[in-house]
Parts: sequence; structure tokens; C-alpha cells
Amino acid sequence: MKGINIIVCAKQIPDPEVPFSNVSVDVEKKEVIVDAPNVISPYDENALEAAIRIKEEMGGKITVLSLGRKVSDTVLRKTIAAGADALILIEDPAFERLDSNSVAYVLSRAIRKIGAYDLILTGRQAGDWDSGQVGLLLAELLGIPSISLARSIKIKEDRVLVEKTVPVGYEVVEAGLPALVTVSNEVGELRYVSRSKMMGLLKRPTPIPKWGAKDLVDDLERLKKIQLVELSPPPDMRRACLFIEGSTPQEKADKLASFFKELG
Amino acid sequence: MSELLLLVESKEGLLDKTTLELIRGGSELAKDLGIDAAAVVVGNETSPLAESVASYGLKKIYKLEHPLLKGFQPEAWAGALEWLARQITPRIFLISHSFVGKEVAPRLAYRLDTELTTDCLNLRIDPQDGLLIRTKPIYGGNAIAALKCAGLPQMVTVRKNAFEPMEKVTTKSDLVDMVPALDESIIKVKSLKTVKEDVVELDKANMVIAGGRGIVAKEDFEMLAALAQAMSKSQGKVMIGCSRPVVDKSWMSSDRQIGLTGSIIAPDTYIAIGISGAIQHLVGMIRSKKIIAINTDPGCNMFKVADVGVVEDYKALIPALVKKLEESA
Ligand SMILES: Cc1cc2nc3c(=O)[nH]c(=O)nc-3n(C[C@H](O)[C@H](O)[C@H](O)COP(=O)(O)OP(=O)(O)OC[C@H]3O[C@@H](n4cnc5c(N)ncnc54)[C@H](O)[C@@H]3O)c2cc1C
Ligand SMILES: Nc1ncnc2c1ncn2[C@@H]1O[C@H](COP(=O)(O)O)[C@@H](O)[C@H]1O
Repeated sequence: MKGINIIVCAKQIPDPEVPFSNVSVDVEKKEVIVDAPNVISPYDENALEAAIRIKEEMGGKITVLSLGRKVSDTVLRKTIAAGADALILIEDPAFERLDSNSVAYVLSRAIRKIGAYDLILTGRQAGDWDSGQVGLLLAELLGIPSISLARSIKIKEDRVLVEKTVPVGYEVVEAGLPALVTVSNEVGELRYVSRSKMMGLLKRPTPIPKWGAKDLVDDLERLKKIQLVELSPPPDMRRACLFIEGSTPQEKADKLASFFKELG
Repeated sequence: MSELLLLVESKEGLLDKTTLELIRGGSELAKDLGIDAAAVVVGNETSPLAESVASYGLKKIYKLEHPLLKGFQPEAWAGALEWLARQITPRIFLISHSFVGKEVAPRLAYRLDTELTTDCLNLRIDPQDGLLIRTKPIYGGNAIAALKCAGLPQMVTVRKNAFEPMEKVTTKSDLVDMVPALDESIIKVKSLKTVKEDVVELDKANMVIAGGRGIVAKEDFEMLAALAQAMSKSQGKVMIGCSRPVVDKSWMSSDRQIGLTGSIIAPDTYIAIGISGAIQHLVGMIRSKKIIAINTDPGCNMFKVADVGVVEDYKALIPALVKKLEESA
């Protein structure tokens, strides 16, 4: 196979790894308020890294596809800086707060509009709703084979070979292309993108296509929103921490040892 | 519209505890709705498992048998369950948020044209419309959402420990043999081999000593191993776990990862070394009886949820602690 056409689905979300004190819940409005900058959902960064490695090995093209509300191209341009070739944003008020099914449907429409592809990569789950289903739903919608929880992905002729994490270790599976693979963190972190490279890209930004409902969906009735009955803060997890003091590590260690002695 | 159906899972041939939890949760929901609760066992030879699940008060056990259901192949399982759901049109379908559940449930939901909510902690029936109200943590556990979806069956995956496991009863469930119409052609993903690795089951430990990104060198996990060794003399079964970055670096296998996308455990004692306490980690260990945190940053989150904290570099503290424990043993 000469050159591979990869689509990476990447969601933009508020950084899910901030301390819990930066997250609050507006019970009235049923909204989660995260005091954090937006990022690419972590597993989607892993998916992009997997895509870039495949491209480095065999050449090809990576298109990043992102659906969201007020998607910031600044955040998503990082994908270009890291090694993606094209970025497509999908944004429309009609696409806000969609359920997983409808998100997968809109993505499938966009993928049909893009046209030819060999491989679709998604993250194993998005870091905001932790749902973990859009990838597999998308494959069903497109009628292509899907493999989840990849820790390594290789292309061999017209097939994809995946090592996927299973409870007893890992399983090696293969499927014909086109196929969809959901990616787990074991593939490794997205490569480092230098600030200067990012700044350079932002100085001369190439236009990014933005697709809306009229470009993608004829039948808006098909789309369903998440029906939130209630949103509440989590139970309080705090405990009163007893700090062990001491002027040397050994002194602290001795005190900690006596604590364990009482426990044991 | 008929029963509540739940998917039975096994571990090394034995009934998995999460199935007993589903039976408890499912039986209560079925009672609220005045419908029967049933279970389905999938495989090429389902009798032993079906027999063991028949003692927990369910009305019926469907034995879904076919040669293609040997082992676990997601497409075959989804195909078989789709076939069964079309025969019996269950009203509610409960599946564990396990490896099998995460593979099967989304595919099945799509094929049955219904909507799935994953990783639920609590389920109840809305008395107004009879729909399932699905409670699930979002943003890693920073908020709890209760939602409703249309579609039948009402379908969810359920987090481990969401319900107490069911106890045995004296009556037996009816066993119903079912042979799904399955064809080799539905399997598009071919399994080439499965490589078994030493798998640790962290939920069997009395004490878990976990290292995070703060552990700067792979060799330093030997300090944790030495500590585990010293602790095992007084603390029962001691195992080593970790946070996700340690798995990302391939220093440990993913079965040792604790958290939202790893294991959810509740040992007697949990020692977090060089772990900051991100919410996705906390949900995996917050139910531990005692939490001890060792970290150089006095402001880190882990101290907020810990019972005992030591602000210290692990490189200095752990060897000193091991020495002291060994002296006083
Ligand atoms: C959808 C999703 C799912 C996730 N699932 C999981 C999961 O299952 N499990 C999981 O763990 N994470 C998970 N994460 C990642 C999680 O958000 C955090 O990124 C991760 O837990 C951070 O790991 P850490 O605490 O080891 O690293 P850091 O946050 O980098 O913390 C390192 C800590 O080490 C301390 N330290 C540094 N040097 C020393 C020293 N010499 N001695 C003592 N302390 C030191 C630092 O002060 C710091 O507190 C998930 C994230 C997402 C978005
Ligand atoms: N709005 C979105 N835009 C692009 N990709 C998405 C979107 N939502 C979900 N995905 C992809 O689907 C994966 C699983 O998402 P989820 O099922 O929502 O947990 C994510 O890791 C992404 O790769």
C-alpha cells in the first residue's frame, strides 16, 4: 500500500486533568464549570500520535475531524503542528449537547463528505463525559470493522494489525481496511510540539474549513440531545489529613513506621 | 413488553462478582416495574455457568449457545445478543462496565436502535414514564449526571460495586436453550493470538503501594518493592500499583493502573507515592479504608483525601521507612 489516508476524530474539552477544586457544578443550569483551558481530549492525542507514527512509516495523509461548540482553532492547530495535514471543524447550534449516537452520526456524515479513507482513529473515551462509545458507533454507522483499546497499530498491505489490551494481557487482531480503531494511552503520548512551531503556525494561519448542519445533515430530526434530569456535585471525598512532621527523612520514616505498627 | 435482561460474565470459568451485583440491581428494578428479571449466558458451552447463575432468584436463564461464541469475539457476541434481543424484546438490558461490556454494549445498542448510557452508578425507574433514570459520573467523577434516554431496550453498562452482590436463594431459575442464527461472515476482525501476561488482581490485596509520575526512574520501583516486602510481614497481601503515566511509560502493565480506566479497588490501606490525586485516579482508590500520601508538594490533591500525609521526597523516605520496618519486625 502506498500512502495511507487516516482520519483522526478529536474532541476539544476543558482540561480534564485539573485539580478537582477547579471544577464546580451549576445545579440550576445543569452545567459543569471547569476553570481550565481547553485541550484536545487526552486519548485523542494518543490517537493522533498513533496516526503520525503510521504516516512516518509509510507516508500518507492525516485529517483531523472535530465536532464541538465554539471549537477553538488555536487548540486544534496543535494537531497540525504535531504532524496532521488537514483539520476540519464541525460546528452548529443544532449540534450542541448531542448524545453519543447523534455525535457519531454527524461524524459519519462528515467522513462521507471527506470521501476516501483507509483508517479512522478515535480515542477510547472522551475526557468530559467518559462515555466510550462514539468510536464503535461510528464504525457501525459506516459499516466497517472496529477494534478497540489499541496499544499498537501497524499497517500491512491492505490490513490493519492491532495489539489490543485484554484482561489477561494483549491480543493481536487484524482487519481489512477501511477499519476503525479506538486508541488507548499505552500507544504513548503525543509528541512534543514546540512553542515556536505553534507560534509560527498561528502567525500565518491557513484557513480551516468549518462545516455546519446544512453541509452535513438533511434530516435534523435524526439528532437527539442529551436529556439531563439532574446534575449534582460528587460526594465530598475530603478527609482530615494528619501530617507527619520531622526534621529529617528518618525521623518522619520512624513516625510513619509506628503508625503502620498500630495498623498491622 | 417483557423482561429485564442482564448479561452474565465469568472469570476463569466462575461466575463473576459483577454479575451478582447486576442481579441485585436488576431484580430490584424489575420488581419496581412488575416484570420478570432474566439473564443470558453466552458461549459455546454454557451449562456450568447457567447452572451456577440459576440459584439467584431470576425467573429465566437464556443459554445462548453457538460454536462461534467460544472465547470472546466482540462481533460474534454482539451478533448473538442482537438475535436474542429480537426474539424476546427485553424492556431493560443491563451489562457490566467490564472489558466485555465496553466491547459489546455500544455495538449492540446501535444494532437495536436504542441508546446506551455507560458506566452507571445508580439506576431507578421514573414513575411517570417508566423510563430508566441513569446516574453516571462525568468529568472523571467531578460531577454526577442523571439522564434519561428514549429507545428500547433501555440499555446501560453498570460500574463495578454499584450494587451489593446478590445472595443465593432456594428456588432455581428456568433454563432456556437458544441457538442463535450466526454466520462466520459477521466476524470481520480476526484474532491472531492472545499473549498472556502476568496479571495482578489488585482487588485481592490488603495493602496497595502505588507509584506515580513523581517516581523519576524505573529502578526506583524497586524501592516500592522493598517496601512491599517489608510491609507484607504485618499487613497481609501487599501489591504494587500505579497511576496512568507509569503505564504510559511502559514501566508497568495496565493491569496495575488504578483509576477510572484502570482498576477500582478498596484495600485496607493505600499508599500513594508521587501521585498528585487527579480525579480519574481518585475514583479508583477513594474507598480505601486508610489512605497514606507521600509527596513533595504539600498542596497536592492527594493530601486532601488522605488520612496520613508525609511531605518528603520518596527517595529519602522509602529506604528509611524500609529500614525502620525491618528493624522493628
Ligand atoms: C478519561 C481519562 C481517564 C483517566 N484514567 C486514569 C486512570 O485510570 N488512572 C490514573 O492514574 N490516571 C488516569 N487519568 C490521568 C489523570 O488525569 C492524571 O493525569 C494522572 O492520574 C496523573 O498521574 P500522577 O499523579 O502520577 O502524575 P502527576 O499529576 O504528574 O503527579 C506527580 C506527583 O508526584 C509528586 N512528586 C514529584 N517528585 C516527587 C518526589 N521525589 N517524591 C514524592 N513526590 C514527588 C508531585 O508533587 C506530583 O504531585 C485519566 C485521564 C483521563 C482524561
Ligand atoms: N465531538 C467530537 N468530535 C470529534 N471526535 C469525537 C467527538 N466526540 C467523540 N469523539 C471521538 O470518539 C471518542 C470516544 O468518545 P466518547 O464516546 O464520547 O467517550 C473520542 O475519544 C473521540 O475520538
